[in-house]
Amino acid sequence: MSKTLQLPYLAVAAIAGAIFGIGLYISGMVNPLKVLRFLDFTAIPAGGWDPSLAFVMIPAVVVMFIAVRIGRARTKPAFDASFHEPEFTKVDAPLVAGAAVFGIGWGMSGICPGPAISLMAFWPQYLPIYLLALFVGSYGGSVIIPSGRQKRLALAR
Amino acid sequence: MDTFTPIPAAIGGTLIGLSAAILWLGNGRIAGISGIFGQLLPPAQTVVWRLVFLAFLVGGTFVAAYLLPGLGNRPATLVDAPKWFAGGTTVWIALSGVLTGFGTKIGNGCTSGHGVCGLARLSRRSIVAVSVFFVVAILTVTVTGIV
Repeated sequence: MSKTLQLPYLAVAAIAGAIFGIGLYISGMVNPLKVLRFLDFTAIPAGGWDPSLAFVMIPAVVVMFIAVRIGRARTKPAFDASFHEPEFTKVDAPLVAGAAVFGIGWGMSGICPGPAISLMAFWPQYLPIYLLALFVGSYGGSVIIPSGRQKRLALAR
Repeated sequence: MDTFTPIPAAIGGTLIGLSAAILWLGNGRIAGISGIFGQLLPPAQTVVWRLVFLAFLVGGTFVAAYLLPGLGNRPATLVDAPKWFAGGTTVWIALSGVLTGFGTKIGNGCTSGHGVCGLARLSRRSIVAVSVFFVVAILTVTVTGIV
């Protein structure tokens, strides 16, 4: 049986998923309005700005930074044959363009993919249309990428 | 500043980092939600763990909200489209979702993959991506006046 179908591997995925969901709720980032109140820098002069998102990102990055350091001292993770390092390493145009397009989408609603999924716990109005659109957009991107994938890998690796 | 909640934010952020750390050291996988979600589509290969992760993400949120209702992070609706937009909230939200799905696919990551994991790996690509999407999102909020 494939490693990725064995119980310890799936248990890790389940525990990590649950902790991620708990973290998103406690942090408040599951609430799109709270995210928008961070992104709304025009509120800074009036004193209505909500810097909470920065207080979420910083400890999250610090904890993961330590995990990455621990990982570098090992040859493989506990339940797989190797670490799945991202295959692209160079900054290229699709990265910058993709991040810019995502920035527009994020700023329009205050929703990024993590909270989009966790909001399924509450199923607020308009969430189904958002999730369908997210799926369509993601599929659209994957239709474009494979055509130039090898070329892009050669450029961005 | 009555909306500013630094302590729950820092606790939640620590948990998100812990989740990413467990997935990395356990399975060698990046906890990037757009990647975990986006690679469910064909030609998908490893689907089961992704579905398990996402299902427990929803479950974790649900249980946390049940145990800690006082935090009040349970929106009944998404944010309405700005008043100047004639298309209505449904079209606005659909556009937002399409742009987010497309952008994170082309740019290989979102707030979790680039933002948490990529910055922690000191990836140059992620540092660029995070700078770009934060600046563009702030400009988008400013220009649209959605808040």
